[in-house]
Amino acid sequence: MAQLDTREKLAILADAAKYDASCASSGTAKRSSRDGKGLGSTDGGMGICHAYAPDGRCISLLKILLTNSCIFDCHYCINRKSSNVRRARFTVDEVVQLTLAFYRRNYIEGLFLSSGIIRSSDYTMEQIVEVARRLREDHQFRGYIHLKTIPDADPELVHQAGLYADRLSINVELPTASGLKRLAPEKSGVRIEGAMGDLKGAIEDGQDARKHYRSAPKFAPAGQSTQMIVGADSANDAEIIGSASRLYDQFRLRRVYYSAFSPIPDASTILPLKRPPLIREHRLYQSDWMMRFYGFAAHEVTAAAGDDGMLPLDMDPKLAWALKFRGVFPVDINRAPKEMLLRVPGLGTKAVAAILSSRRTHALRLGDVARLAVSLKKIRPFIVAADWRPVALADCVFPLLEAKSTAQLELFAA
Amino acid sequence: MRVATIATQDDFDGWRLEARELACAGVPAGEVTWRVGDEFGDLLASAGGAAPAVAGVMPFSVPRPFLDLARAAIRHSDPERFGLLYSMLLRLRAMPLLIQDQTDPLLRRIEAMAKEVRRDIHKMRAFLRFREVGEGEQRGFVAWFEPTHHIVRANAAFFIDRFASMRWSILTPELSLHWDGETLREAPGAQRADAPDGDPLEETWKTYYASIFNPARVKIGAMLKEMPRKYWKNMPETALVSSLIAGAQARESAMVATSRENLGGNVAGSWEALREEAMGCTRCPLYKDATQTVFGEGPLDARLMFVGEQPGDQEDIAGKPFIGPAGQMFDRALAQAGLDRARSYVTNAVKHFKYEQRGKRRIHSKPNAGEIQACRWWYGQERELIRPAVTVALGATAARQMLGKAVTISGARGIAHRLEDGSEGWATIHPSFLLRIHERDEADAEFGRFVEDLKRVKDRLTALA
Ligand code: SF4
Repeated sequence: MAQLDTREKLAILADAAKYDASCASSGTAKRSSRDGKGLGSTDGGMGICHAYAPDGRCISLLKILLTNSCIFDCHYCINRKSSNVRRARFTVDEVVQLTLAFYRRNYIEGLFLSSGIIRSSDYTMEQIVEVARRLREDHQFRGYIHLKTIPDADPELVHQAGLYADRLSINVELPTASGLKRLAPEKSGVRIEGAMGDLKGAIEDGQDARKHYRSAPKFAPAGQSTQMIVGADSANDAEIIGSASRLYDQFRLRRVYYSAFSPIPDASTILPLKRPPLIREHRLYQSDWMMRFYGFAAHEVTAAAGDDGMLPLDMDPKLAWALKFRGVFPVDINRAPKEMLLRVPGLGTKAVAAILSSRRTHALRLGDVARLAVSLKKIRPFIVAADWRPVALADCVFPLLEAKSTAQLELFAA
Repeated sequence: MRVATIATQDDFDGWRLEARELACAGVPAGEVTWRVGDEFGDLLASAGGAAPAVAGVMPFSVPRPFLDLARAAIRHSDPERFGLLYSMLLRLRAMPLLIQDQTDPLLRRIEAMAKEVRRDIHKMRAFLRFREVGEGEQRGFVAWFEPTHHIVRANAAFFIDRFASMRWSILTPELSLHWDGETLREAPGAQRADAPDGDPLEETWKTYYASIFNPARVKIGAMLKEMPRKYWKNMPETALVSSLIAGAQARESAMVATSRENLGGNVAGSWEALREEAMGCTRCPLYKDATQTVFGEGPLDARLMFVGEQPGDQEDIAGKPFIGPAGQMFDRALAQAGLDRARSYVTNAVKHFKYEQRGKRRIHSKPNAGEIQACRWWYGQERELIRPAVTVALGATAARQMLGKAVTISGARGIAHRLEDGSEGWATIHPSFLLRIHERDEADAEFGRFVEDLKRVKDRLTALA
């Protein structure tokens, strides 16, 4: 086989990485290269998306695989052993040089490196760690590094990875154990969760050490995250939200990413060949927001799902929840506590903060609320304001909203 | 009329000094004309220098959040901003609590300005593209950017933090920044032609951009929301957008087509695994009272698929579809129609037995829409594997599953339905219906009609072969 040049490899190894949903470069320690020796900075906050692809997803990191060859045969994965895709493999140096060159031109915030498993888990992990080591030590690179760790790899290697990386992740792959068994028979849920548990321990030890010695090295300051594929196994939304919330609690994850299963070239017959249910993925992210920012418990979010455990596709889950628990509405904009205001459909965290601040000076009228929120129409049936009470309206709005919710079937059609 | 002059478009300190002086002198907002010293030359040199001594001005305090807000809003391109901020300052001086009233229209307008400025600052950090110039000692990077607001100076520290060890210049129409590795120098605005046009690495970057895009997920609105077109002209990768979108549909179809062709011969394994997974299904509450999941059965290359309603009492215990009284009736009709059950795949619309307990007997009850919908996942997966040429729905529940909507058997019977995957579907009665007819003649007649339906299916199978 003819040697591929770096650009050809990049085409193959970025293509192979595009199914991974995680992209964020957020929440790490603040760093800069003011000392004039290194390259790069992180601002400790949200990270920067440097471009957007036509699929609406942001490009923040150079997201690639070290190689798309793999000794495993996971059915959901384009890189599985039995797939006919073209294979390529970067050298450690190629990844380092690409990262630096892209970074200097302000195309990216850093690197997100993952890999197919070649030879052995340890060998693969060593290569991943070596990329990060060279970036950090040889080139004093201070941008963001996210490494995908291999669950079976030697804990010592994972520990080294954590010293170089801002974030580490291990994908749980599928929301149900039975799905994992069917689609990735060589992977084990127990091992994956074991590795996530180890990481949690190491991250906490690192934080502890820094409380005592300020000079202790930072271990994965942006924490750990995971991804699960949605739509390739039988899990319904309620089950997915349940397992996400368990993962958040158990392993103190920063983020759970959802990736709608995508038809892939050369798929295994086990998989659905349908268009990915993008709306479903979106609804799951909204449910994640409900838990992370609006104070809903997992069981409350799943209560918004229908009998089949699925969140409605034609409205956001917060609205769905409100329609189910309409007894708690209307909420008085001028008196309700923050927690209740956060539950009003259409009110985000910023609007709620503005309401709380403003009502200290005067009683808010509907017109005031309109100035603070994106769309008053959505909010109106659920609130009481100084000049507003949604009496009969509630009864004529609710059935209307509900009648729309039968479209789910069609949206999943091929 | 008083004229207040500040040095530059983003001169917050200058505005603050002037505003304080005017406020102390009790000058109403309507009587001030704000002017920006138009050139950079001398005025720039004095800006940031010693503040002009203001005699007799008593310092007064305004709420801290207002200062932060004004610092951001003053960078907005709206020429009215200085006056608006001054009005706000006067009102706050009289009534400091006003800063909490987010419904105040003037405060909202200023907030909105500050927000646009912050966004522009962020977009400059995101969408500015450096191009490499020179080599060796002379190596440096130059970027051309056209901000909407007066944000360049505000962003200098960010680029120094990030690229301190590089030599770089950022050129914009209003102001240029030059960093030599140690000090920052400001210079007047530049023109696009002053910046280099391309960079050898841009082709590699475009390769990345095109490859990381998943054509099965086109979401143009989401892209435009975050990356408005006004920034596109200086970003090399955006030249690819229209061709990527245009080609997406074809690429997606090709992906699906190849995966259909290269089946990899693991249908049996997949089916086994699927069946096993279904045994643990909890997608709807029906699993709770039933004995087990009754999965479909039959050859995986069957051209004919039968979909029943749901397992009954005996099926639930045995774990096999269509073995009770209705199943026997079904077998008899198949035989008369000349169809071979052993060559068909037989499954149910809902895989768990739903019943009501009456004394010792479990009486079958109809699955509801939610349960049918929940179980659709398994039905869909079975169809993906079997891909029958003809599907026969037995009874209304099965027809609902097959067609994805509620229908009556009397309406759906006797016609070919085109299914989602392009194959053919037929609907007829469920054999248990025959068991419930007590009148002998009528039962025979209905049985005859059922057999007729099955014969027609047989003809279709032959015709489609
Ligand atoms: S009836 Fe279908 S969806 Fe409901 S639990 Fe049984 S197999 Fe799952």
